[in-house]
Amino acid sequence: MSIAAVPNDARMPGMSQVALVDEVGVKERAARFQTRSIKKESKIEALHMVLSMIDLTTLEGMDTPGKVKQLCQKAIHLHDAVPDLPHVAAVCVYPTMVVVAKKALGDHNINVASVATAFPSGMAPRQIKLEETRIAVDDGADEIDMVISRGAFLQGEYGFVFDEIAAIKEACGKAHLKVILETGELGTLDRVRRASVLAMHAGADFIKTSTGKIQPAATLPVTLVMLQAIRDFYYKTGKMIGMKPAGGISNSKLAIHYLVMLRETLGSAWMTPEWYRFGASSLANDVLMQLQKQATGVYQSADYFSKD
Amino acid sequence: MSTDSTKLAFNDGWQYAPAPESIDHIQIDDHYGLFINGEFVAPEIDRYFESLNPATEKPLSNIALASEKDVDRAVKAARKAYTGVWSKMSGADRGKYLFRIARIMQECAREFATIESLDGGKPIRESRDIDIPLAAAHFFYYAGWADKLEYAFPARTPVSLGVVGQIIPWNFPLLMAAWKIAPALACGNTVVLKPAETTSLTAMKLAEVFRDAGLPPGVVNIVTGAGPTGAAIVNHPDVNKVAFTGSTEVGKIIQRSLAGTDKKYTLELGGKAANIIFADAAIDEAVEGIVNGIFFNQGHVCCAGSRLLVQESVADEVVRKLRDRMETLIIGDPLDKNTDIGAINSAGQLETIESYLSIGQAEGAEMYQSDCSVPDQGYWCRPTIFTGVSQSNRIVQEEIFGPVLAIQTFRTLEEGLTKANNTPYGLSGGVWTDKGSKVFKMTQKIRAGVIWANTFNKFDPTSPFGGYKESGVGREGGMHGLGAYLKLEA
Repeated sequence: MSIAAVPNDARMPGMSQVALVDEVGVKERAARFQTRSIKKESKIEALHMVLSMIDLTTLEGMDTPGKVKQLCQKAIHLHDAVPDLPHVAAVCVYPTMVVVAKKALGDHNINVASVATAFPSGMAPRQIKLEETRIAVDDGADEIDMVISRGAFLQGEYGFVFDEIAAIKEACGKAHLKVILETGELGTLDRVRRASVLAMHAGADFIKTSTGKIQPAATLPVTLVMLQAIRDFYYKTGKMIGMKPAGGISNSKLAIHYLVMLRETLGSAWMTPEWYRFGASSLANDVLMQLQKQATGVYQSADYFSKD
Repeated sequence: MSTDSTKLAFNDGWQYAPAPESIDHIQIDDHYGLFINGEFVAPEIDRYFESLNPATEKPLSNIALASEKDVDRAVKAARKAYTGVWSKMSGADRGKYLFRIARIMQECAREFATIESLDGGKPIRESRDIDIPLAAAHFFYYAGWADKLEYAFPARTPVSLGVVGQIIPWNFPLLMAAWKIAPALACGNTVVLKPAETTSLTAMKLAEVFRDAGLPPGVVNIVTGAGPTGAAIVNHPDVNKVAFTGSTEVGKIIQRSLAGTDKKYTLELGGKAANIIFADAAIDEAVEGIVNGIFFNQGHVCCAGSRLLVQESVADEVVRKLRDRMETLIIGDPLDKNTDIGAINSAGQLETIESYLSIGQAEGAEMYQSDCSVPDQGYWCRPTIFTGVSQSNRIVQEEIFGPVLAIQTFRTLEEGLTKANNTPYGLSGGVWTDKGSKVFKMTQKIRAGVIWANTFNKFDPTSPFGGYKESGVGREGGMHGLGAYLKLEA
């Protein structure tokens, strides 16, 4: 099972060429974004942007068709009491719920994203992962959120991971591929950077921090390292790759600082749901509450916001 | 190098709304007298000068212009306080005063930060997060030493010097005052301090803190004015020690006038630090370090990383990333919490910087400035980099003291080192590499007082600071900083 024994695609980047990361410097830079003070109209604009970038997510073993239908209703009707709100970008579910979600969302222009590849652990044979991906896509998933094989990655079997992503990408067909690095299991920012580069070269349309099942999930420093990898890939190839921090972003203030980081790292071209997503379940209501506060000057009770 | 097809766009789309720090909570008097013998007094001759807000060019207050007679009054008050009170007080009791001053500074931190930004032009983020907390930290740190001086110098008896004259610059007004006053008092000396003429206000606020802390009258006296006032302090016969931070030019004048006297002195002067990026550095973080090195405080930093030496193979990447990063720097109202680069401190300094921009272009260097807009009123300079420069260029040799970076490349470690040391200055330096061995090799051979590895412009009261060659004489800060304010007897 040595790395050299695996024949890899010629597109696979040399891991020794991947940029180095200095953890102290990254944390310092990430903290600096949090000193930005976002007020008034720029706050309202940011909150709208956050809503439009949310992948509203339910990924529980106890999910039911009813639960997924409720979530889809929420995706369409975020908070009808406030006019002119955007809708979320996508609803993210398990493969068995894709049909339900697809039907519930109808023609509201909200994507269905499905996790696949034995989410969250990724511990399944490749044929199973490919088959699962195909089923989700056949059922109507617009986006596939796959997990990388962290065990193989940590063993240094980069070729294996690269080939697997490339194969899943092929199985996705027209569906967009988001590659979850599960950064909480990678241990160092250098590995986060390497995994990002690997995923982008293998065909990822998006790279995503976490499943949400492992702590720590998304953090500002981890996301910064991934954004820097996206920028370097863009410099080199001219190809834009999307970014999705997921897990742990549950309040508006933090989400806005993620946008500040995006703006000052990749610039305005990435600031749309096409290129940036938040994987979150409880963020939307906090954003709605903040928007209501901006409009009326007072906070409303959480009971005024639907929990689906 | 960058092509248009892959250029990142930072100046369109979502923008940050103004987020100005309020000025409702501050108190600036219309006139400030001199702080002598524990009270604010009028100058002997009724002359005042305006202190301007460099971001608006509008006057903030009128500051007393101290004459030779006023300086003499201040020195006499300091001498009386020295012999009568301060030199007799126990170290523990001196420490109590310093702790009290530090705590009051923390309580007034917001007012200090706001006034510092109004009067000096630096971004509120920096005065709030760096200048003021660090100034208080210096008082806390030296408060702790006040009763432990014997332990700092085993087998010697540390004795205070007497009256010390201190002259500080305009780039970190309150921080430099704290940096000078705290160790002097901890060691049992009394002080006559002169702030820079463009930034007197926080020193006057600090005088109020001394008064509120009940510091015995005359222990610290603050006289305001320009060069002649400073000269009167330096040349006063009853001053035992002079501590100066400022330009190398003035430092030399001071050194000349002190020659042949028995006054002790420490001089903290100019710099032209090399920030050296090796190909094996974490490049994104190194780019941050370049930005912090040269654009921090509008480049008004004696230890600024004003010369960038970047290894050939990563030079294009570093410059491209630096340019993109520069586009995200926000220049404007110093009181706005999102401002990264504030106003140039004075019209005179802006003129100096602009003359260097012309010199650099005339020397054939390629100049690049970020695209950001600047306000109509006030003194501003966009972040600027020069490429295609060499050691022979004046913009590489001379201290500009503004947001202007000269970029050169090097091939081997030896070449980088030679260029780094090929300067009359030696205050600071930076080394960026992932290899620890290279860090140690470089830091041993760079002839500068402070060298940062994989970071830049980090300050702490426990760390000594000072220069080689024309960057100065003596060390301030840390345990070393005590020595500058003591005689060590056997």
